[in-house]
Amino acid sequence: MWDYTDKVMDHFKHPRNVGTIPNADGTGQVGSLVCGDALRLTIKVNKETDVIEDAKFETFGCASAIASSSILTEMIKGKTIAEASKITNQDIANALGSLPAEKMHCSVMGMEALEAAVQSYRQGGKPVIFEQEAEKIVCKCFNVSEEAIIKAIRTNHLTTVEDVTHFTKAGGACGQCKGEIQKILDKVNGACEVPQPATKTYEQMTLVEKIKAIESVLEEDIRPKLNMDGGSVELVDLSGNIVKVRLIGMCSGCAGAQGTLKNFIEKVLQDRLFKGLTVEQA
Amino acid sequence: MTKVIYLDNNATTQCVPAVVEAMLPYFAQKYGNASSMHNFGGENRHVIDQARHTVAQFINAQYDDEIIFTSCASESDDTAIFSAVRANRNKKHIITSAVEHPAVLEPFRYLQTQGYRVDYIGVDELGRFDMDQFKAVLDEDTALVSVMWANSETGTIFPIADIAKLAHEKGVLFHTDAVQAVGKIPVDVQAAGVDMLSLSAHKFHGPKGIGVLYVKRGTRFLPYLMGGHQEKHRRAGTENVPYIVGIAKAAELAQKRLADGTMDKVAALRDQLEQGILKSIPDVKVNGDPAHRVPNTTNISFGYIEGESILMYLNDFGICASSGSACTSGSLEPSHVLRAMKVPFQFAHGSIRFSLSDQTTQADIDLVLKELPPIIKRLREISPFSRMA
Repeated sequence: MWDYTDKVMDHFKHPRNVGTIPNADGTGQVGSLVCGDALRLTIKVNKETDVIEDAKFETFGCASAIASSSILTEMIKGKTIAEASKITNQDIANALGSLPAEKMHCSVMGMEALEAAVQSYRQGGKPVIFEQEAEKIVCKCFNVSEEAIIKAIRTNHLTTVEDVTHFTKAGGACGQCKGEIQKILDKVNGACEVPQPATKTYEQMTLVEKIKAIESVLEEDIRPKLNMDGGSVELVDLSGNIVKVRLIGMCSGCAGAQGTLKNFIEKVLQDRLFKGLTVEQA
Repeated sequence: MTKVIYLDNNATTQCVPAVVEAMLPYFAQKYGNASSMHNFGGENRHVIDQARHTVAQFINAQYDDEIIFTSCASESDDTAIFSAVRANRNKKHIITSAVEHPAVLEPFRYLQTQGYRVDYIGVDELGRFDMDQFKAVLDEDTALVSVMWANSETGTIFPIADIAKLAHEKGVLFHTDAVQAVGKIPVDVQAAGVDMLSLSAHKFHGPKGIGVLYVKRGTRFLPYLMGGHQEKHRRAGTENVPYIVGIAKAAELAQKRLADGTMDKVAALRDQLEQGILKSIPDVKVNGDPAHRVPNTTNISFGYIEGESILMYLNDFGICASSGSACTSGSLEPSHVLRAMKVPFQFAHGSIRFSLSDQTTQADIDLVLKELPPIIKRLREISPFSRMA
């Protein structure tokens, strides 16, 4: 059972402004039957003053989706288009008191429908379906773009993959994109908030740090390439500047193994870590 | 508080007063350890023996010592699965169905990460087990087949005896999670030919916190909880005497209900509810196999609206049910069972499970049939998809 605020329950049980405005000046739509929630928002705008005179919604979804839609219509009525455009999902959630973390995506849906409706108004009233600007879709199950994830992280100060899922749904089904979401989180949060400690050069590292550094280069830059040919590589030992590895899978019997070792693995390790490294077959 | 109309008996049932009463003396008065060398504790040994006998009879186990008491059916499932693979280390293939409870699915997924080949047998639109797919993947390398007796969400009953027989023809162990079958339909481990079976007391008016793993004599078994001689070294932990007494009492009462026609009355009320809904509300769909279903369960999808919203309106009338909708679970996808059945999305999000019990009354059903249609109508008025209906 969710801990819904009284305000959520009020707007769920007594939704305001249900329906569709005939000949609306703006129609925004987001979500689908597949996703499990959807919202259609229609607005009536005074063309002289740009003030939203009426707003109506229709929503398919849970209590918090219905409540978010209902309160959104109340929030935008009487505002100018410019004022309404500033409303964020956090504003919608605040207006409802709060929403359970797992339900924040309902408030995001409200914000997206509003964006679409405003765009529709500016384009002369033709209905607009909110779409993630599709340069890069991260979550294929729910069709969530990198941009939408970055926006959710920034607006709501998200720090974990779970948070991102609660707010955008990304990663909530098959989970395959969770690694990628983590990278986006690292990128957004790392860039602006967490100062990275000054990195040591390879030669300054302890033995354990050296081994970890080598392992991470193997994992990020080397194994993916070898995997494409059905092979892989294991770190066996590190003695002085000699890195001992074992080629496995298709690489182990490959005629080009020595070439792979020297021209590829050794070169990458030298480039990434330290010129003095040599790689040998264990 | 509003009177509770409890139609969520597949989630849990009331621990009935007769069971509570039977358990009570074993908390504060007869609290001795059944393994102790004094009469005060030792007498509880006989109490446990008697309870074990009652439970063995309930599922027609041949020997009392085939009954191992556990803390819940999830523990029983995990124990059975890990025992089977550890006792068959040379075999690297395991089979289950796509619609199991997470207590079975999660261990299977874990074993998949440990290098096991796993086949999840699919179901058709009625939720029926795909026997052809099963036959095609079953082989001598299979260590275990674990398939549920009845589905928790739709109530669909699988042909357990047939599946067990096929497994045995290939020398493969067979386990069944019978949590949703026991107490609702006759469960006979010998007739079905199962090697291991899990059940849970709180699904048939017993207490939460106790389950059983049936292990047929002669089945190679390795314990999951180690560190004690209890249950013949098969499940460590001081015997939970009050709960063991509780499950036995609940089993005794359930056996009576199966024999005296009570469950037929439950089925009649369930059918009345289902037919009533189908008649009074358009765009609804029953999920499951009406011809092979436990008597207390109906799973109905209401097109173009979302399950959580329906539940919250029902809640106002004290009506308790559950939904396979994404929003009720905190996950974002609708139930894995409905998706395995390929229920279309416009129906999957709006599915409601009503699960009755012998305590359900005619008045309960009448109330649901009275209050539900306006709720559905109201939600459809809000939905942008209702015009599609």
